[in-house]
Amino acid sequence: MPTQSASLQDRERLARELGKQIPRQNILWQEEDLRPYECDALSVYRRLPLAVVLPETIEEIQRIARFCNERNIPLVARGAGTGLSGGALPDPGGILLSLARFQTILDIDPENRLARLQPGVTNLAVSQAAAPHGLYYAPDPSSQIACTIGGNVAENSGGVHCLKYGLTVHNLVALKIVTMDGELVSIGERALDNPGYDLLALMCGSEGMLGIIVEVTVRLLPVPESAQVLLAAFDDIANAAAAVSAIIGAGIIPAGLEMMDRLTIQAVEDFVHAGYPRDAEAILLCELDGTQQEVAELIRRVETLMRRHGASETRVAQNEQERQRMWQGRKAAFPAIGRISPDYYCMDGTIPRAALARVLTGIRRLSEDYGLPVANVFHAGDGNLHPLILYDANRPGELERTEELGGRILELCIAAGGTITGEHGVGMEKINQMCLQFDEAALRQFHAVKAAFDPQGLLNPGKAVPTLHRCAEFGAMHVHHGELKFPELERF
Amino acid sequence: MLSLDDSANLQASVNAALENGMPLRIRGGGTKDFLGHPCNATPLDMRRHRGVIDHQPGELMVNVRAGTPLAELNAALAREGQQLPFEPPAFGTDATIGGTLACNLSGPARPHGGAARDAMLGVRMLNGRGEIVEFGGQVMKNVAGYDLTRLMAGAMGTLGVLLDVYLKLVPMPEQTTTRVLELDAETALRQMREWHASPLPVTATCHDGHRLYVRLAGTADCVGAAARRIGGEEPADTDFWRDLREHRLSFFDSQRPLWRISVAANAPVPDLPGDCLIEWGGNLRWYRGDAGETEIRDWAQMHGGHASCWRGHAAQAFHPLSGGLFKLHRKLKQAFDPAGIFNPGRLYPEL
Ligand SMILES: Cc1cc2nc3c(=O)[nH]c(=O)nc-3n(C[C@H](O)[C@H](O)[C@H](O)COP(=O)(O)OP(=O)(O)OC[C@H]3O[C@@H](n4cnc5c(N)ncnc54)[C@H](O)[C@@H]3O)c2cc1C
Repeated sequence: MPTQSASLQDRERLARELGKQIPRQNILWQEEDLRPYECDALSVYRRLPLAVVLPETIEEIQRIARFCNERNIPLVARGAGTGLSGGALPDPGGILLSLARFQTILDIDPENRLARLQPGVTNLAVSQAAAPHGLYYAPDPSSQIACTIGGNVAENSGGVHCLKYGLTVHNLVALKIVTMDGELVSIGERALDNPGYDLLALMCGSEGMLGIIVEVTVRLLPVPESAQVLLAAFDDIANAAAAVSAIIGAGIIPAGLEMMDRLTIQAVEDFVHAGYPRDAEAILLCELDGTQQEVAELIRRVETLMRRHGASETRVAQNEQERQRMWQGRKAAFPAIGRISPDYYCMDGTIPRAALARVLTGIRRLSEDYGLPVANVFHAGDGNLHPLILYDANRPGELERTEELGGRILELCIAAGGTITGEHGVGMEKINQMCLQFDEAALRQFHAVKAAFDPQGLLNPGKAVPTLHRCAEFGAMHVHHGELKFPELERF
Repeated sequence: MLSLDDSANLQASVNAALENGMPLRIRGGGTKDFLGHPCNATPLDMRRHRGVIDHQPGELMVNVRAGTPLAELNAALAREGQQLPFEPPAFGTDATIGGTLACNLSGPARPHGGAARDAMLGVRMLNGRGEIVEFGGQVMKNVAGYDLTRLMAGAMGTLGVLLDVYLKLVPMPEQTTTRVLELDAETALRQMREWHASPLPVTATCHDGHRLYVRLAGTADCVGAAARRIGGEEPADTDFWRDLREHRLSFFDSQRPLWRISVAANAPVPDLPGDCLIEWGGNLRWYRGDAGETEIRDWAQMHGGHASCWRGHAAQAFHPLSGGLFKLHRKLKQAFDPAGIFNPGRLYPEL
């Protein structure tokens, strides 16, 4: 996407006007100051906003919202910018609002097991602050050292432990938001199950489209008495997939259940030497937590299930150091892929577990068709795939082919009864695939909800929900119940 | 199990209601007629739209029609060793899963297994334009589009007619044990909080005014060890949790008004005249007594929560919302049901 830049005078004039709302030093408008904000972690999309504001109080955020609302200026919120779908991509005619100054942990309340946070607090900081009380915050995106709790709410982020402990939406207790007209609205406080419509759920995954999140209260959980990891290696990825279903089907809910394919295993071994078996086609990492007795027993049962489903090797971490080492490989997987390819593109579809083997085979075939390698490392327990397409942006046409391949992978996910995004959000990136997943009436309903909060469509315009016009242009057909049109065409 | 798809007829009824401007009162088994405000409108009977469409034990997922009797659904899940995570009360044999979700009713397992809304993965529904729309889906992780599925939980049918829902399931625990200890309310509150903050496999707690009940669930070894650590005795009443869930304990048989108060877990024993039963690790207080509406609501609010009138009279059945919040409610109602044909006034008189 080409970088658009407004005229210097326009930006300076806007900055001057904004200076009446918040201190001048918290407004950026010179091009070199705007650059760091031109993209999120999906850096194939880049744009400069007219200005970046770094407010320090909720009142300032309210003033900025009113300012934009009165003048019809788009407003895009940004946490840490670790999003992977272009959600925080600036609007070229708008203002980018960074929550970077809102980093205070307002309250850790061990009696009620709650943490009240400003939106810019990082995910990991919450667990660190809770640790002295034997508590932690369960959703743990791999980006947790950097991503913000406000961004987590806006994306309904997950992590390795979501299989057992749920996503952000399941761990959220209260929010304060500023709506586009500048009003501060509190949703919930310290109790459960608020009266009226579930606006907490609605705000989760709303991608900065409905309101600015200015305060977040989350539930903390007791740190489990014990946790144990088992590694299982397979010669056939289909067997690994079957083992995943078998474990869940047997009534065992692991704290985490992750899969890596051969390409990923090799890359990880070359990078961090996690001790994974290099010759395996796939490995599963299964973490079980709970009381000591429970974990010991479940590990035995999982080991038996893995073996029964053709695991060529199983290994239980013998101590905390070994456990950390096993996880270190998983956590280093993305950077490891980054070392073997100039660029990679991370997809995020979710499918029913039963379809894992079929869809992974389909992805492999597509990868061969397009001549682009795909590495798989993902949350197998909840069917959340992260195919990483390896490409080189410097080769003409390769990014376009990558994006096309990505689109085809998402179509596979929809056809398998799944979804185009499990945790990274639609943002700018998957806006066209939304036309496949939802029909016109559903999209119209989304727009009606958006208009209830933001009638002028100023918050994060053009993201998350496509216009019907765009869908018509994209020429997409809605895929109903996994029935693609033209089923006779080979898709796998 | 009877399986019938009545969506075409339901859609026709909604369209007819739109045409003649006659609002509808969406009704399953009528077991929650007492909840919320009465609403005088033509009943829309959901009970012909019933049956499990798909149950995939390996996926921990069921797709079920809204008019399915809760008891039938529970029985079908139990046959596969699974259950709904939120242990919903039925309040009568005719309760349907749709009504349960519309009221967002969860039972004693709430602090452990989450609320009804937490289990909702996807919905197929009729909106107030007579359109059938689908949101979410069958998978656990799904952030495509706004979460309009969970928005239906607790909306009491004011945003649309739930047709089919995808729900997350959990395996039934291998073993369950209850222990009971004689403790006063204040000590019990502290004890509950301690248990819920410890790694013990606690799935429910309740103080009935005299005794503290705690339920443990998990693998046999683990439950045994936890029970020894907690002490106390096995209760005489083996159906205690069911009776609590269904309001069949003696605490609930009074003619006096009943309030459901949700507050911070560390809120004190309320200084309101009457009796109190505590659940959910302290987060839920059932209050039976004659305190005034304002007094009850002020107490709830002071402790970070809200109060609903369960039985008796109150100007507002559910806790009043702040101005800004209520404005968003009105606009959302408009966005789903512009003609105001679904359950007018049931949730809040002005909605
Ligand atoms: C290496 C890596 C690993 C990752 N692993 C995971 C993972 O395991 N699981 C997972 O779910 N995600 C993962 N992500 C994605 C990303 O970290 C999450 O989506 C995260 O929640 C984004 O937080 P952020 O603060 O960076 O938000 P940003 O990227 O700044 O913004 C994301 C979206 O939220 C909106 N937003 C941000 N703050 C607010 C606010 N206060 N009010 C309203 N809207 C707001 C923005 O407008 C934008 O639409 C990963 C990313 C990277 C780079």
